[in-house]
Amino acid sequence: MKLTIVDYNSGNISSVINSFREVAQNKVNIEVTSDLNKIISSDKVVLPGQGSFKSCIDALNSINGLVDGLNEFAISKKKPLLGICVGLQMFADTGYEESETKGLGWISGKVSKIDNQNGKYKLPHIGWNQINIIKESKIFKNVENNSHMYFVHSYEFIPEYKNVISATTDYSSNIVCSVEKENIFGTQFHPEKSDKIGLKIIDNFINL
Amino acid sequence: MLKNRIIPCLDVKNGRVVKGINFVDLKDAGDPVEQAKIYSDGGADEICFLDITASNENRDTIYEVVKKTSKKCFVPLTVGGGVRSIEDINKLLNCGADKVSINTAAVKNAAVVLESSKKFGSQCIVVAIDAKKSGDKWEVFTHGGRNNSGIDALEFAKKMEDSGAGELLVTSMDRDGTQVGYDINLMSEISSIVNIPVIASGGVGNLDHLVDGIKLGKVSAVLAASIFHYGKYTIKEAKEYLKSKNVQVRL
Repeated sequence: MKLTIVDYNSGNISSVINSFREVAQNKVNIEVTSDLNKIISSDKVVLPGQGSFKSCIDALNSINGLVDGLNEFAISKKKPLLGICVGLQMFADTGYEESETKGLGWISGKVSKIDNQNGKYKLPHIGWNQINIIKESKIFKNVENNSHMYFVHSYEFIPEYKNVISATTDYSSNIVCSVEKENIFGTQFHPEKSDKIGLKIIDNFINL
Repeated sequence: MLKNRIIPCLDVKNGRVVKGINFVDLKDAGDPVEQAKIYSDGGADEICFLDITASNENRDTIYEVVKKTSKKCFVPLTVGGGVRSIEDINKLLNCGADKVSINTAAVKNAAVVLESSKKFGSQCIVVAIDAKKSGDKWEVFTHGGRNNSGIDALEFAKKMEDSGAGELLVTSMDRDGTQVGYDINLMSEISSIVNIPVIASGGVGNLDHLVDGIKLGKVSAVLAASIFHYGKYTIKEAKEYLKSKNVQVRL
């Protein structure tokens, strides 16, 4: 099994790398690369993302052919892909951080700023919050409902069709924090920073 | 519901913990990696390292410590102390820090905060404010509390939020090391004028101080050093106590 973490200058991905290596030990070959051929020939891909929606999309687009490669991997070949944080948000059609930006368009929907109810809620949404699992998802195997996960974000993914939502979290409103659509998985929270229970989610993805 | 965070802080000098945890099962009381692991296993919501290395020659030791810790601890790791430039931030993040706290450099030049939050995202930029009461206001100090900048702490807090800081780590210099509790007025005033999370620091001597910081100081997170050193309280005891006082924590 070969798993690739996409390195496209999207900010700090050391924690993602460390956590996947910790879970995989020597059983899985983990590559960190933006090399198209390596990505396409992988069995699984992890798409991290930090900073703004626009900066991540710009970074993806600045690597020649990368978006096409990801499309081939996830849409044509339908192989398992996990997006984390902005990595998940980029599945959307459109993002509204900094300026209106076209996303990957894999899951219909948009990414908008969390409504902080006139300052009642602090932004970014930083810290440990419980997830409400609303749909059985393969990455939640042996993860209890209401488990705590670590979040840090100011924008939320609002999918057009609710059947892709696998978990929500309560912050100002019910924020979508996990999606699953066929072979495409995404978490708004950071499993790599969510202690043992987060590593369990990584383990589940590796063992899909 | 979002939980209040408990953040133990370790002072690291030349790659070694200055005040350590005195647990019987600890092999090496001065090893920051081992201590951070004990904290994260005990339920710490984040870990904070403050690098107090005096000389620049030994500055590289903190990078090694961060590298090793990030391979063992899977909760967020914040590193502060001596962070001066975008390059320093980049190095720490590449070693596995999740957030970097900036103090003196932010006071000297707010552009460091602006540029770094643009480049790396606000989520990893924490501005540390060392404030000291002066008449009816608080003034910002730099260089580990040695120099008075004369800048009003509330105005500075607002300016840092506008510059893109993701969080503020507010330390009361009047209370630091006294163990008489956080400066509640300072915390609640700053927390009420900014819309980003505030972490309270300085003065914790017992678990009620943590409760007061959250309930009265209205902060999102509480940072403490000495009460967790020498095993006076474990993280778990602190969290269970907070829960018994109806403070929402992750247990």
